[in-house]
Amino acid sequence: MTNAEPVLKLPRENYLNANYGIKSWLLTTDHKRIALLYLVSVTLFFVLGGIYAGLIRLELLTPYGHFVSDESYNKLFTMHGLIMIFFFLIPSIPAVLGNFMLPMMIGARDLAFPRINLASWYIYILGGIFTLTAAVTGGVDTGWTFYTPYSSTYSNTHVITMAAGVFITGFSSIFTGLNFIVTTHKMRVPGLTWFRLPLFVWSIYATSLIMVLGTPVLAISLSLIGLERLFHVGVFNPAMGGDPILFQHLFWFYSHPAVYIMILPAMGVVSEVIPCFARRKIFGYHFVAFSSLAIAVLGFLVWGHHMFVSGQSIYAGMVFSILSFLVAIPSAIKVFNWTATLYKGSVIYRTPMLYSLGFIGLFTIGGLTGLFLATLGIDVHVHDTYFVIAHFHYIMVGGAVMGYMSGLHYWWPKITGRLYPEGWGRLAALIIFIGFNLTFFPQFVLGYLGMPRRYHTYPPEFQVFNVMSSAGASILGIGYLLPLIYLLWSLRYGRVAGPNPWAATGLEWQTTSPPPTDNFSETPAVSDEPYNYYDMEPVPHA
Amino acid sequence: MGRTFPLFPQRASTAAGQVDALFFFLVAVSVFFVVLIFGLIAYFSVRYRQRTGHERGEPTRTSIGLEITWTGIPMALTVVMFVWGVKLFFNAYSPPPGAMEVFVVAKQWMWKFQHPEGRREINELHVPLGQPIQLTMISEDVIHDLFVPAFRTKMDVLPGRYSTVWFQATRTGTYHLFCSQYCGTEHSKMGGWVHVMEPADYAKWLSGAGANEPLEVAGARLFTQLGCITCHQPNGTGRGPSLVGAFGRTVKLTTGETLVANEDYVRMMVLTPGVKVVAGYQPIMPTFKGLVSEEGLQQLVAYIKSLGKEEGAKTP
Repeated sequence: MTNAEPVLKLPRENYLNANYGIKSWLLTTDHKRIALLYLVSVTLFFVLGGIYAGLIRLELLTPYGHFVSDESYNKLFTMHGLIMIFFFLIPSIPAVLGNFMLPMMIGARDLAFPRINLASWYIYILGGIFTLTAAVTGGVDTGWTFYTPYSSTYSNTHVITMAAGVFITGFSSIFTGLNFIVTTHKMRVPGLTWFRLPLFVWSIYATSLIMVLGTPVLAISLSLIGLERLFHVGVFNPAMGGDPILFQHLFWFYSHPAVYIMILPAMGVVSEVIPCFARRKIFGYHFVAFSSLAIAVLGFLVWGHHMFVSGQSIYAGMVFSILSFLVAIPSAIKVFNWTATLYKGSVIYRTPMLYSLGFIGLFTIGGLTGLFLATLGIDVHVHDTYFVIAHFHYIMVGGAVMGYMSGLHYWWPKITGRLYPEGWGRLAALIIFIGFNLTFFPQFVLGYLGMPRRYHTYPPEFQVFNVMSSAGASILGIGYLLPLIYLLWSLRYGRVAGPNPWAATGLEWQTTSPPPTDNFSETPAVSDEPYNYYDMEPVPHA
Repeated sequence: MGRTFPLFPQRASTAAGQVDALFFFLVAVSVFFVVLIFGLIAYFSVRYRQRTGHERGEPTRTSIGLEITWTGIPMALTVVMFVWGVKLFFNAYSPPPGAMEVFVVAKQWMWKFQHPEGRREINELHVPLGQPIQLTMISEDVIHDLFVPAFRTKMDVLPGRYSTVWFQATRTGTYHLFCSQYCGTEHSKMGGWVHVMEPADYAKWLSGAGANEPLEVAGARLFTQLGCITCHQPNGTGRGPSLVGAFGRTVKLTTGETLVANEDYVRMMVLTPGVKVVAGYQPIMPTFKGLVSEEGLQQLVAYIKSLGKEEGAKTP
């Protein structure tokens, strides 16, 4: 490589050095700074949730549970689930990457409601404080699903504090969703029609619809649990004429769509990264865009597939089964279109691309195993076993977290102005892929063998697969530690990235890195469809 | 470490083979698509990799034909899965007539079983080979779930409402019984064993615990003890309806609605009698809440069921 390249410099003025001091961060209304506040907070919760996961895998090394008590084990998996879902996965891509990128991708200076954006972060933190209080004062043992009547009548743990935490955090989600919807409708730059929008915007938009429509139902369900515990109103108590199954309907009415809150944004990231590193326009743009909306709509109609063996009518089971198969189709359409984008492309293996390719593979496995669970006859056997655990970790870790890592690496140079060490990035992606599969693939076998989930102790014949899983988890842990180190390192020592290190299309790349506080020195205009990689320069060497 | 580590669960019921067949069909479909997607990604990424650092990808054309193909084929496959799955599901929850009924009471953290002949056991369930067994289950506290992997059978056990599941064992042996719905502190210890025995051995086992009182006899005794008999006289002259032949019949309520007098209705009438009163009768029955256990309720159900068998339909 020649040294003829111009030496890049960070822009003299950008959102990071516009002003200094703790107040300039805690009272900022800049969507980019708020995104970084979220980045720091979701990372802390991810580490905490990861520690819980590590303790679970440590305990399951042996069948008889020598390390913690039954009670503590139940708290470990409950806290792991609650923290990872409500405090990491749901806010991760939308509130960090979406917050930062959505206005930039549509050429706006900020979100529609900058103060509400800041408020949503404070609400998130307040919910987080309740959750941490519940954790520190003794934890919760209901499982993240809060099933009644265990949670409403029988559990002696800090259910109300925890439910309050999740309840409060839900409003941060509603605020963010509302902000994104209005921003997408009203703040697009001239010429940026709906079908010229990047697919990340489409998926964030679909996600926001779910957040706004679904989260209130979660709030209602959790409030009812609080009322049951405090005033014994009896909604879920069969001894008082209530119905514990009603809670499951309410809970899954939000919590199944919540799965799509986690996966849709990751799909959006993949739809950006694949064309960029295949140097080719995305295949089937309209199909990928509309499949996001289809998922958002159909996602609201499948909640009953969590309840095939719960005692709901077998005819209800039938309806929810066919609808669940239907929701798989838009996901399949996306996978095929991404794969077809690679055809006759010019593929470059950069870190974000490795994560995105990993996403497609793992999401495919996660999606296909979802079909097993939608199939009534098979679900009877695998419901509430490790098969379910493996399936949703393929979607949420193999899918959502891989997508988050892909997006974080893709936009890191834009966010910080600096490049991370590419070699370390690729190595970490590989370690995470291997560690992930070793952790979760054996759990499919365990599940079909019949090991129920949420088991502190288990029959000794299941030990081999549990040991494999725990070994994989330690590799996965190392894989996640690496980016934490080299991304922090790059903040100071990384090479300066320049405005567009990937020669990517999209408005966010048409301004300096890091961008100025107002994002663009002059308002950009759009006159073409997205992903026109045919007319782009090649990607500079790593 | 366990001496053996099986890769596949034992198969010990009529349903097990059917579920496995469908499972293998889905595994085949999944393997096909995983190989296809992984293969294409690997092939395209290598075949069309950036070589000189200056190539660009070819312009993308849209292909409605391709989109329809890869929407249509998965859709057709899922229809097969759906129909096949429904068939097995209906089978799993529709016990054949004449199934032997075992009553189950779940509580934190144990399983209690009552055989029709009266023998009771805890955390162990003995069943005869080749005989369809229906489990009628209820919980005393939270939601539990009875799961026997070797039978591919699972059903939630709810407080306040009976749920049922059935199986027919095809191999003698001892199989895991798990609670698979999280139910609190000792959830993972709420398990036991199902022992499938030759019918002769089962008969011997039944009589092994000395004199057993069949469930309906125990129920009849309760019926007298609690004073039910005072109003529910078999000839219909009491203040309440006769219960002879009442089980399984459609009854009309004072509210005008009709319902089938099943296990849940019997249980409800004992505990909250004023709620759904049969048309033509006064709501004068007292509640027996707290006076009769879940096991006792099941005995009463068994007794009232047995009344139906003996005499024909006599209007109550």
